[in-house]
Amino acid sequence: MRVTVIDYRAGNLTSVLKAFRHLGAEVDVTGGDLALVDAADRLVLPGVGHFAATERLASTGLKPAIRAAIARGVPFLGICVGMQWLYSGSSEAPEQPGLAHFAEQCTRFPESKEKVPHVGWNSLEVRAIVGSASRLFAGVERDEFVYFTHSYRAPVTGYTAAVTQYIEPFAAAVERANVMGVQFHPEKSGETGLKILRNFLLWEGKGIA
Amino acid sequence: MITKRIIACLDVHGGRVVKGVQFVDIVDAGDPAALAARHAREGADEIVLLDITATHEGRQTLLDTVRRTARELFIPFAVGGGIRSAEDAAQVFEAGADKVSVNSAALANPALIDAIGRSFGAQAVVVAIDARRDPHAADPVRDAQVLVQGGRKLTGRRVVEWAREAEARGAGEILLTSMDTDGTRAGFDCELTAAVSESVGIPVIASGGAGTVDHFTDVFARGKADAALAASIFHFGVSSARSLKEELARAGVSVRLPC
Repeated sequence: MRVTVIDYRAGNLTSVLKAFRHLGAEVDVTGGDLALVDAADRLVLPGVGHFAATERLASTGLKPAIRAAIARGVPFLGICVGMQWLYSGSSEAPEQPGLAHFAEQCTRFPESKEKVPHVGWNSLEVRAIVGSASRLFAGVERDEFVYFTHSYRAPVTGYTAAVTQYIEPFAAAVERANVMGVQFHPEKSGETGLKILRNFLLWEGKGIA
Repeated sequence: MITKRIIACLDVHGGRVVKGVQFVDIVDAGDPAALAARHAREGADEIVLLDITATHEGRQTLLDTVRRTARELFIPFAVGGGIRSAEDAAQVFEAGADKVSVNSAALANPALIDAIGRSFGAQAVVVAIDARRDPHAADPVRDAQVLVQGGRKLTGRRVVEWAREAEARGAGEILLTSMDTDGTRAGFDCELTAAVSESVGIPVIASGGAGTVDHFTDVFARGKADAALAASIFHFGVSSARSLKEELARAGVSVRLPC
């Protein structure tokens, strides 16, 4: 198993790399070497922090390289800000467009009595996407929890693979063909998170057209 | 539903886990990497490693300890003690921490909070505050004194105004330790915790005084804490995070179970 992790200086990669290596994957890291993206078997876009950091994906030429890899059918996983980047953009940095693989916008949690950021372990309601079972959540039971830390989130749509409730329901995960994203941190979500990453590593490119 | 976090704290001195009763009477309780792994297996939601000697002896956090502890840990891992600059923080992150906790260095130079947040995101910055009620203040709780150097030195700051400044500068969480209750096992300071938690929009981790399950139920209900930290309750086989959480669940607290 080989996975290419994209480093765009959005927070700390150590935990993500450690989790994939723990699962037995060979990990390449690219900070802008487009040849590594072109040759990737699987791509992971992590990212914590501010959506504005995704500007680097545009300025380094990674964005068209990632778009081309997705078009070739390379399995792709975005984590946290890496998931949000799959959408048109985020109100956190309105001037910075996302990949627009999904048409919607990410927005901040609304004002309420609850605290923002949403930090901690929360549950998942796993859903079928266009009639097919989720690939990422194979073997994940109803009562399992994952770790979140974020202030912005994507809306629930037909491609939402798991819904989490905080203030209101939001997309905890999205799946469409070879493109997947998780708002939570599977690398920090104990055995449940490792199971989800293993599912991504083992997915053979079938399901959900 | 979002759950209340139970955070296992490892106080580290010279690469070994210790637990002080109000920072004296230190007893060796073992190897940080082994203990962190055990806490994770036994249901802790997060691990905090505090190098309790780093600040006042002027030592760097033991990066090797962090690296060794992080290696097999797949739950959130925060590290504090001796982090004085964004460069110090960067080394700790590189060694495998997900969050850094800053205390006296942030009081001496509040812009440190902004600097770490800018580079690593607000979620990576925990501002730790050690506070003691001030019986002479108009409001002894909201105006509790903020202390540094393990409670030995006054800063002149008051707990609520400092917590608010930390939030405004981009802290992601507050780790609030009551110096009145720390090490007593007589319960958290719920009034202090509630005063801070209701004054900020970021999560507050309560610390200091855990001794029984009821103390945790109390600090989540009356203290409005988002998470609670405990060290000594776990270390000597008194309990595990899992058994603590099972009892909390029976008392109606939302926790991550099974875990």
